[in-house]
Amino acid sequence: MSILVDKSTRVFVQGITGKEGSFHAARCKEYGTQVVGGVTPGKGGTTHEGFPVWNTVADCVKATGADCALIFVPPPAAADAIMESAAAGVPLVVCITEGVPVADMVRTRAFLARTGSRLIGPNCPGLITPGQAKIGIMPGHIHKVGAAGVVSRSGTLTYEVVHQLSQRGIGQSSCVGIGGDPVNGTSFIDVLRLFQADPQTQVIMMIGEIGGTAEEEAAAFVKEHVTKPVVGFICGQTAPPGRRMGHAGAIIAGGKGTAAEKMKAMEAAGITTVKSPADMGATVARVLGKS
Amino acid sequence: MKIHEYQGKAILKEFGVPVPNGEVADTPAQARAIAERLGGKVVVKAQVHAGGRGKGGGVKLADDPAGAETAAKQILGMMLKTPQTPPEGIRVLKVLVEEASPIARELYLSITLDRARGAHAVMASPSGGMDIEEVAATHPEKIIREWADPALGLQAFQARNLAYGLGLAGDEFKAGVSLILALFRAYLAKDCSLAEINPLVVTRDGRVLALDAKLNFDDNALFRRPEIVALRDLNEEDPLDVEASKFGLNYIKLDGEVGCMVNGAGLAMATMDIVKLAGGAPANFLDVGGGASPQQIEAAFKILSSDPSVKSVFINVFGGILRCDRLAEGLINAVKKLGLKIPVVVRMEGTNVEIAKTMLAESGLNFTSADDMGSGAEKAVALARTGRQP
Repeated sequence: MSILVDKSTRVFVQGITGKEGSFHAARCKEYGTQVVGGVTPGKGGTTHEGFPVWNTVADCVKATGADCALIFVPPPAAADAIMESAAAGVPLVVCITEGVPVADMVRTRAFLARTGSRLIGPNCPGLITPGQAKIGIMPGHIHKVGAAGVVSRSGTLTYEVVHQLSQRGIGQSSCVGIGGDPVNGTSFIDVLRLFQADPQTQVIMMIGEIGGTAEEEAAAFVKEHVTKPVVGFICGQTAPPGRRMGHAGAIIAGGKGTAAEKMKAMEAAGITTVKSPADMGATVARVLGKS
Repeated sequence: MKIHEYQGKAILKEFGVPVPNGEVADTPAQARAIAERLGGKVVVKAQVHAGGRGKGGGVKLADDPAGAETAAKQILGMMLKTPQTPPEGIRVLKVLVEEASPIARELYLSITLDRARGAHAVMASPSGGMDIEEVAATHPEKIIREWADPALGLQAFQARNLAYGLGLAGDEFKAGVSLILALFRAYLAKDCSLAEINPLVVTRDGRVLALDAKLNFDDNALFRRPEIVALRDLNEEDPLDVEASKFGLNYIKLDGEVGCMVNGAGLAMATMDIVKLAGGAPANFLDVGGGASPQQIEAAFKILSSDPSVKSVFINVFGGILRCDRLAEGLINAVKKLGLKIPVVVRMEGTNVEIAKTMLAESGLNFTSADDMGSGAEKAVALARTGRQP
């Protein structure tokens, strides 16, 4: 078992003829993911580096039975690409694109609510079920199959924790990057719910950031609904208020959204918090009784 | 992105939000001429990207054109210090000269994103002119909120709810409803991240006016708002920030002594945290992006080396797909080219990491390799303090 994606997931890439889309479609396929082709309006009927290309998502889905979209479309058209996949009934839409306007995401999230589609991202590394499917830009080789579920708002920091886990022999059930934007699709709570229900997952590693209240809400959910052990880290303990730390969502505004507040909420919910990002793997090992 | 009050008011006016008559000046003589055109009492307001200008002496009332000229003389060129400026203050280069409004009541109105709901929220309060966060903390009942439908926008009934909440009645009520709807149109049309009017005033002659205007914009949407980009004032930004943004780097200057260079925002924040835990203090936040190209690394080194407080540099790059030997090559070339003398601790992960470490060791330059971010931070902090490794 795993969450959201596995060997049977059939992926197409929106923006497959672009530099990023083309590069990562090949990397995902190398990992073993079923990449069935891609969509670029105006290039339908052609083949790009071995991948068949369609003009519309609807055409692609009809021809391939694909059930997952991976989006590399640039920011001006990214929200539209998400809505196109949702309208075509694609159950899982993963948007890697960084820099989507917030107002576009507000409208897109409302649009998605009327469909059955789940969005991951935007501004995220995607998700991976080690040994089965890599749908995103993360380095596949650092992952191992195992029992730790990872959910994170950040990209390279997720690779860091995965690396620490794998080095200690702790594999991962699935790793989901939910993205660093203030308005996104799938939340911490959605992923925590899935990990709680997944028999393969025995421990959950959650990485949050300063800004917003998503971590506090997740902590409240953990307290009520998660019986599996959860380890938490919040980056940005040293961030000054009022300055956006790279991610659009990572800003301490009006004294709210500090790392200290989030850590406190996590501790109150029974989450084992980690102070130093160097100790994330070791803490998961300790919680699992493997150290 | 932030803009000046006078620029914000011009946008509001375009969308039908009433603002006081006024013009911007960059010399005292211009200020006098504007005051002559306006007639009567005027307010002379420093134009800087920071709130709390009044308390810092950046806002002055003048009875006549001569008074306006004197006020502008005092304000123009001053280093204005407010709780929101850097400690040394910001130099004032422009003043807004506006007709003085006979204020009967001060209200508050703002629109921003409610992240938890994923919707734009309009917030109003009859307690204007004050710090709204303090009002929210002490008198939460004095704040009225309405959330705009993500697809349909703010509806008239919601604007009425807000206007009633502000205690408006009669013609003032009508003006208030129209102003709230106009502000929402401007907020959406210009991709604002914040539109705040504090204070919104009711004048003694029954007008409702935006006496101040603070508009911030979503940086992600600037590609489609060239008219907003044109309003950018580089004088208001840290020159190092401006330099960084040219190379797609995300740089924020902090107070410490350990310069940080990291790929990815989350890892960059975590690296700052671990420097602090190792007993040091980060000199900056610096995200070179996922790719960390040689051009970006050189630009990043330039920025770090131009900060005199940086005593050591900690590079933490989790490459993944990135080849570490290429990264090492970029680092060596950049350090040679810039003649950088300060110690550089490098922690990297990715393919060919061992080759990369050998390259750094054999370069004859001041590089120290670290196997993980914990030991890297300890080394960087020790080198910054004593010039020696732990």
